[in-house]
Amino acid sequence: MEHYNMNLTLKIWRQPNTQAAGRFETYPVSNISSEMSFLEMIDVLNEQLIKEGNEPVAFDHDCREGICGMCSMYINGRPHGPWQKNTTCQLHMRAYKDGDTITVEPWRANSFPVIKDLMVDRSAFDRIIQAGGYVSVNTGSAVDANAIPIEKDHADSAFAAAACIGCGACVASCKNSSAMLFVSAKVSHLALLPQGSPERKSRALNMVAQMDKEGFGACTNTGACEAVCPKGISIENIARLNREYMTAGLSAER
Amino acid sequence: MASRAAKERCDAGYGVGTTGQAVYLDFKSNLINKYGRAEANKQGIENPDIDTLIRLGKEVVKEEYGNLFDMYEKITGENPYEVPMRIYPAVHYTMGGLWVDYELMTTVKGLYALGEANFSDHGANRLGASALMQGLADGYFVIPYTIGNYLSDEIATKPIPTDHPAFLEAEKHASERISKLMNIRGNQTVESFHKRLGKIMWDKCGMARSEDGLKEAIRDIQGLQNEFWSDVRIPGVVNGMNPELDKAGRVADFLELGELMCRDALDRAESCGGHFREECQTEEGEALRKDDEYAYVAAWEHQSTGGWALHKEVLQFEIAKPSQRSYK
Ligand code: SF4
Ligand code: FES
Repeated sequence: MEHYNMNLTLKIWRQPNTQAAGRFETYPVSNISSEMSFLEMIDVLNEQLIKEGNEPVAFDHDCREGICGMCSMYINGRPHGPWQKNTTCQLHMRAYKDGDTITVEPWRANSFPVIKDLMVDRSAFDRIIQAGGYVSVNTGSAVDANAIPIEKDHADSAFAAAACIGCGACVASCKNSSAMLFVSAKVSHLALLPQGSPERKSRALNMVAQMDKEGFGACTNTGACEAVCPKGISIENIARLNREYMTAGLSAER
Repeated sequence: MASRAAKERCDAGYGVGTTGQAVYLDFKSNLINKYGRAEANKQGIENPDIDTLIRLGKEVVKEEYGNLFDMYEKITGENPYEVPMRIYPAVHYTMGGLWVDYELMTTVKGLYALGEANFSDHGANRLGASALMQGLADGYFVIPYTIGNYLSDEIATKPIPTDHPAFLEAEKHASERISKLMNIRGNQTVESFHKRLGKIMWDKCGMARSEDGLKEAIRDIQGLQNEFWSDVRIPGVVNGMNPELDKAGRVADFLELGELMCRDALDRAESCGGHFREECQTEEGEALRKDDEYAYVAAWEHQSTGGWALHKEVLQFEIAKPSQRSYK
């Protein structure tokens, strides 16, 4: 890969706290290496801002390798930026060229209030997971490996659903701010495995109830969520969630 | 050994890529000879040609390590199935953690540390995937048996009010530290201190350590610590989201931990696992253990007057005995 440096103009959403009004601020950054990650570029900007006596841009990040789901940013109108199946932290500056202007916003959804600048409060997701409750498993002594046989197709689908990192890009991209892709991934992951079966029905019902309580919108099968999901979670999971929810609702025992 | 060699070549100016901080790892021969051949044997293909071996090898690697290869491509923009990977060693673990007893309780009564936060399972070298192993072992098999012992004595304890003297003291301590940090109003960013600390640790307490290097590192870190507490700049306010203040608290801790790691490495004049003392190596450059002197866990107790006191927990090996590592 050819290496190059670039100068960029950043338009970044600044908002001091949840109540205050926000606005875009424009910042120039120079000598950005094409080999930097997008977050490293923001780090450069922040060092610059602090040196000038200004407040740095607050943004969430943790693992910086695409596994924790923290790096929520709406970049030029798309969650996580222009690359497919990719998180913001895995976006690298070779996606841009000298002279580009990049607009960066926080997730926009009523259920994800802005805490500061690009940081949003995603604890609604945690409460949905909590509502799903525990899975009954034996602890205390080690069972033999492979003691519970699982069909390969099921194991693969469960694994694919479990890849959801809870980033919230699905909600941010959805015109209804629906959390169906996230919830369906979490429900599918356990519904497909024998380990998750004791609480299978109550889990689907309780998670959907909490999702509604948090104010996420309904799903109209647009598919924007699937298109932007960094982990390629399929909307087939939404169909599965609907089946799980219906079956659970129709049966007497939970 | 391979990691030390990679670093040595880069330090000597032979590194590749823009930063010169990498060496090539060519996967092609592994694709063909290791994975490809094994798969061809499995499928009963006789005398496979090179293209078949490469195709089979790629399939196996994709199934096993596909996510790592994808990650690499996202970072570099190069396809590691086709061109050699650029790699560089990195220290990513302290090989230590909080002291815990057999029930996983720390020195603070009622505070348990599970998984990689404690020191207990991995010995002198952390093996790949031991994060998961330790989390599962502690979480599934140990804590369900042990935490009940503690909780059963506490069952009648009422909620502890936040005006309890211990609470007030801890709160006072925390808020004093925060205002001390905020009032420094210096010129250097938190990030710049973190980077300088990282560089000291990487150069002098990394894959290879020496007595002189470690002594220098301790001096350097103490100097850096003084500079930090007199010249760090933390923007923003205390009451409100302030990631810089959060980071400053951590870097202040890292400065202490970094010094302690250097002291521990200096104290242990042998090579063992992830700890390689340049003075202690075999003729082939392998780690030279000194089990008669150092077969103990070093548990360092923080002293309220500053500094640390060493407690040695002797290691007794009854069945599996430690031995010199050899890749021959
Ligand atoms: S489904 Fe995809 S977009 Fe939604 S939270 Fe999970 S990983 Fe993020
Ligand atoms: S920082 Fe963890 S996924 Fe981006």
